[in-house]
Amino acid sequence: MNTTGSNREVHWERTRRLMITTLILWFIFSFGVHWFANTLNNFSFLDFPLGYYMAAQGSLIVFVVLIFWFSWKQHRIDVECGVAEDE
Amino acid sequence: MAQSFGMKGSFIENLPKIYGLYTGGFVVFIGLMAVLEQMGVTADTIGILFVAFTVVIYAAIGWLSRTMQVDAYYVAGRQVPAVFNGMATAADWMSGASFVAMAGGIYFGGYGYLAFVVGWTGGYVLVASLMAPYLRKFGCYTVPDFIGTRYGGGKFVRFCAIVVLVVASFTYVTAQINATGTIASRALQIPFEVGVWFGLLGILLCSMLGGMRAVTWTQVAQYIVLIIAYLAPVIWMSNAQGFGVIPQFAYGDAVSRLTDLEAMHQVGTLKPVEAIAGVSALTVPHSVAGADWLSNWKFATLVLCMMAGTASLPHILMRYFTTPSVRAARQSVAWSLFFIFLLYFTAPALATFTKLQVLDPNLATGIIGKSIDDVMALEWIQKWQNVEFLKVVDSNGDGILQINEFFMRGDIVVLATPEIAGLPYVISGLVAAGGMAAAMSTADGLLLAIANALSHDLFYKIINPKADTRTRLIVARILLLAIGAAGAFVASLRLTSILGAVAWAFDFACSGLFFPIVLGIWWKRANTAGAVAGMIAGFGAGTWYLYMVHFAGMTPWIGIDHLRFGIIGMPVSLIAMVVVTLMTKEPDAETQAMVDEIRVPRGETILGSSH
Repeated sequence: MNTTGSNREVHWERTRRLMITTLILWFIFSFGVHWFANTLNNFSFLDFPLGYYMAAQGSLIVFVVLIFWFSWKQHRIDVECGVAEDE
Repeated sequence: MAQSFGMKGSFIENLPKIYGLYTGGFVVFIGLMAVLEQMGVTADTIGILFVAFTVVIYAAIGWLSRTMQVDAYYVAGRQVPAVFNGMATAADWMSGASFVAMAGGIYFGGYGYLAFVVGWTGGYVLVASLMAPYLRKFGCYTVPDFIGTRYGGGKFVRFCAIVVLVVASFTYVTAQINATGTIASRALQIPFEVGVWFGLLGILLCSMLGGMRAVTWTQVAQYIVLIIAYLAPVIWMSNAQGFGVIPQFAYGDAVSRLTDLEAMHQVGTLKPVEAIAGVSALTVPHSVAGADWLSNWKFATLVLCMMAGTASLPHILMRYFTTPSVRAARQSVAWSLFFIFLLYFTAPALATFTKLQVLDPNLATGIIGKSIDDVMALEWIQKWQNVEFLKVVDSNGDGILQINEFFMRGDIVVLATPEIAGLPYVISGLVAAGGMAAAMSTADGLLLAIANALSHDLFYKIINPKADTRTRLIVARILLLAIGAAGAFVASLRLTSILGAVAWAFDFACSGLFFPIVLGIWWKRANTAGAVAGMIAGFGAGTWYLYMVHFAGMTPWIGIDHLRFGIIGMPVSLIAMVVVTLMTKEPDAETQAMVDEIRVPRGETILGSSH
């Protein structure tokens, strides 16, 4: 497969967009949610106060899933743009 | 190496089998210790056996992995599969602080302390999306190797990166050697100063002969020990208290129960009458989040510093240089976080269960509200009180133990939990071995990061580019010895607490290195002058601020204390780098083409496999 200039441009554009999407989700679960922890603690989830749960467990699960998803998605972009490594 | 295990196929193909056998062997060893305990072998002997046996195994792996090849020494030959690299990174990452101090921190700090849990996991999102795959494609041996080559190959820019790396990593490594010393001295019954040198000996045996290759395979072995050691007591306790086999999802009730108990024992209302050095009483409720702007701001700033620090600490980034491909580097970040997650989502559960054991008057182990005489008769109270890690004072003289009369050091929550909950001693021995594994694996990675930067970047790339392979690898080993000895010496002086030093390392790293690395990949226009300015200004501003608030007595600006000085360093670094870059010439076409090249996975690495 050839990797022409325009192919690379499309690849980088899609890679950048994926990075931005990933970082928006990262921002929400790193900062957004915890800013309102005190309010969230009024709700309960699996019997946990929700604000506590998000910091002790919820955000962590989101991060793990997010990176696996990112890794899968980026590989698909690489394959579709013909810049993936040969296995 | 595969031959020495008598197996067919290559060593890499046999990895699952080898580590499967190893895990089985370790479980058999735990069983054997349990039998010995039943036969009346003393607790001290079991502790010694646990620590000595595991350390000997790591040293043996280190010896089997010895090498005289440059790429095996620096990047483990770039053939570590994603999952195994994930385990090695997790061990590299989870230090004595994570293992020993984190649950204790949550025990005393409550919700506010969870900022460390969030920060030390979410940082991997930055590693995966901004850094690791691109650095892998670059093909560097060290982080200064990337900075030096990307920013025009000059010596000064490389030197700046070396300085930041050494300061950040050295701060961190003294804390780890300190932790190995603490654990070794407790388990082997030797003085702390001797324990420090014993810990160092184990660390050097793992890394000296085989460099990155040896460290990789010992770290995988250390991860297996530390995760078993962390999970076993929690699962045991939760079964005893009726929270099921996977307590992490079922301890919600325990958190609510704590809220009731805290009200009953007046946690937060009853303050200690007098402060006692080194130990503290519980005054912060477990799950209550701050309601005001300032406490939210403090939570968020700590999270940000720890995350950006994660993505700039060279001993972590260099683990992703060892994977066979760019794709494997990305997957490996995901596996790393998964393996780290297993411990980090258990830490709050451990803190909750232990607190419940101590606070709940309905449990046999509850001590708050009991008579002081009964409490003083408990074996674990006496034992930890003897070494001054714990203190019981009847300040109001009523003969009953109140919450503000029970003092404890945060570090001992994990180590003492098996005793508090009345678990057999074999579990305490296992926990000591786990703590040792955690501290040793991190110290290994850090020492190697420093020694590699000095031998590859300072000696070979700056001082003597004509040095042959043999000389380079011998210099690398001498440096490893020297830095290890320096670290052990500083640790034996006991200057800072374990946790303070760890947070500082993250702040140093993110102040000096975060933006020069990220912009080197994502901003083609970034140039040498900008990178130098970013490193010097960011690192300088952060260090100045640390000095002012921690040593010179300045009042912190809006709650930014010494744990969060990266909040000052990072923006200064970003602004200095952008402004200076825009004021100076854009990088030459060759550098720009190089940046284009690292953005696609396909093709050769920028730097050759042996450079």
